[in-house]
Amino acid sequence: MSKKVLLNSKEIEIILHRLACQLIENHNDFSETVLIGLQPRGSFLAKRLAHILTNDYKIKNIHLGLLDITFYRDDFRRRDEPLEATNTQIDFLIENKNVVLIDDVLFSGRSVRAALTAIQSYGRPENVELLVLIDRRFSRHLPIQPTYKGRQVDAINEEKVIVHWKEIHSKDAIYIDNK
Amino acid sequence: MKQLSVEHLLGIKYLNKNDIDLIFETANHFKEVINRPIKKVPSLRDITIANLFFENSTRTKLSFELAEKRLSADVINFSASQSSVKKGETLIDTVNNILAMKVDIVIMRHPNVGAGVFLSKHVDAKIINAGDGTHEHPTQALLDSYSIKEKLGTIKGKKIVIVGDILHSRVALSNIFALKLQGAEVKVCGPTTLIPKYITSLGVEVETNIKKALEWCDVANVLRVQHERMDINYFPSTREYTQLFGINNEILDNLGKKITIMHPGPINRGVEITSDVADSDQSIILNQVENGVAVRMAVIYLLAQQIKR
Repeated sequence: MSKKVLLNSKEIEIILHRLACQLIENHNDFSETVLIGLQPRGSFLAKRLAHILTNDYKIKNIHLGLLDITFYRDDFRRRDEPLEATNTQIDFLIENKNVVLIDDVLFSGRSVRAALTAIQSYGRPENVELLVLIDRRFSRHLPIQPTYKGRQVDAINEEKVIVHWKEIHSKDAIYIDNK
Repeated sequence: MKQLSVEHLLGIKYLNKNDIDLIFETANHFKEVINRPIKKVPSLRDITIANLFFENSTRTKLSFELAEKRLSADVINFSASQSSVKKGETLIDTVNNILAMKVDIVIMRHPNVGAGVFLSKHVDAKIINAGDGTHEHPTQALLDSYSIKEKLGTIKGKKIVIVGDILHSRVALSNIFALKLQGAEVKVCGPTTLIPKYITSLGVEVETNIKKALEWCDVANVLRVQHERMDINYFPSTREYTQLFGINNEILDNLGKKITIMHPGPINRGVEITSDVADSDQSIILNQVENGVAVRMAVIYLLAQQIKR
């Protein structure tokens, strides 16, 4: 097994700031925009971006929600391991809002498909965008593409992209694991 | 993630503490779901559930049906009063006929003790017991515990008294199993004629003085007097029962503490509990009903997860 570093903490920091700036470019003061992190792993990225937008770019009133998609997945009962749900925390309606779905790695696109269904339970959004840190090209099962992406990688299916966040793993880093 | 240790939900006595924790964790998620503007998830859209009610029920049946629909399952309903059971069909035949229509989960209420266990051995479907005679009513006990936990934060070490007709109550028995499993102290209180002889072997204490029982407890779960199950007179009159075991504001005000009042419904207002107590802020009766849907969704979801195609 070999694990190689794809992005180190400095590179991740730069990418996060770039993504934050791209969001500002499209969403101005965020008054009609909500950020939705996909639980569990997308929530770290969503929280980090919200933090950067608030503290470094002085944008007030960022609406941040966390969405669990377990009950919307299309592989319920098709996996050997049962799925574990996490909390959903969305205390606002998304009716007529611009929604930015946020996840760490875009692979098959099935999680995003589930999220698109799940988000409708909170109203009809004006439009929905997708922000991902890592876009794994050539591995999509569905016609879903990110609006904003941190880095595109051409990893083969057997390889695994592992994202470490300093909140749980002591430092930020992204690895490609070749088993 | 964890799975339930059982294949059917036939009674609390077959569950362990981890199962209850898992059901409650899952129910927390579903409670959030049923408070959304759109209260539905598509998880069980390829699952068919039959609700077989061989005995009357209003809230349990509605609660199960709503839970099933919130999970997007297909639902068929059956009640014995309008069926071929009246024509002499056996339980296994009835159920197998229903299963031939490709049903995955059967939710059954039956007047006979052990009907769920019997069925689980003879038919190929997940069985959820929605009450079997005077034996168990597991989902009611789960939602009662869930509601206590929601109100008091924990169950461990809490003092809970179950008041009323313990002898005929499947709610009491399932509650005793569930509460003991979670580390609560449990007493039962009622007329001695309505307390089973060997109830103390389950680790509960008996108290026949309602005032003492209420002074001791944190939570009082008040049961209905089940006139329909009483073939002989267990107490002289309803009026006497109310005087000796009825809970009213006067008793509660003199306790010097605020206890939580629960009731599985349907309430005989003015018999086991007065209207002002049932509608007071000490009562969590309507929370129990709301939590019932979330808890039943959790149970159905977790059992459905085990179905492989």
